[in-house]
Amino acid sequence: MIWQIDLILLAFVLVCALASLMVKDLLSSAVIFGAYSFFMCILWAEMGAVDVAFTEAAVGAGVSTIFFIVAIVKTTRRTKD
Amino acid sequence: MTSRFDDVIIQTVCRILIPFIQIFGLYVIAHGHSSPGGGFQGGVILGASFILLCLSYDIKEMKRRLSRKRAILFSALGVIIYAGIGLLCLLLDGNYLDYGRLHRILPVDPVRARSMGILGIEIGVGMTVMAVMVTIFIDLASEEEKRN
Repeated sequence: MIWQIDLILLAFVLVCALASLMVKDLLSSAVIFGAYSFFMCILWAEMGAVDVAFTEAAVGAGVSTIFFIVAIVKTTRRTKD
Repeated sequence: MTSRFDDVIIQTVCRILIPFIQIFGLYVIAHGHSSPGGGFQGGVILGASFILLCLSYDIKEMKRRLSRKRAILFSALGVIIYAGIGLLCLLLDGNYLDYGRLHRILPVDPVRARSMGILGIEIGVGMTVMAVMVTIFIDLASEEEKRN
């Protein structure tokens, strides 16, 4: 563990999480959430939990992003509130 | 999601890429007990390869390879494999999922039988996860009335 790399990755995770909450466009929000998942994956791999990082890369960034995008295609793209 | 979107570059690249993704998924399942990965991750990778097939071609092409009914059958089969290995250990005078007892019916020693038992469990988990991912995607992406 190198604390400088941890700090940079945690900053990226925080920025991506806040951006996916703030953005009004739901498709952009889903894509930023995928980026958040990838940064969590890198963070876990850096902390030595390779199995958790593998799961996050496959499920969080891969499949759940596709599910979000399909749900957006089926409903509306702009949020009401 | 159901309209056909023909793009020769995307379709060719995906047609070349999908077998390698599936081989990688099988590798992750087969080496799950000795390295990072396992049934869940490999099953998700296998399901994502079918989802990529649907995204690059269309949902009819995916249903031709793996229809919804067959995917549900596969998910039930994975659960049966998992529970069946567990109950087999129970029948062979051990605890539930006590793979070491499998050396009575397999021609190997108990340590090797333990490794092979966990491999069977990983195969069952991977099958179920792959089928459930494909089923969720078909339910989300296809029209309301023509689901099967």
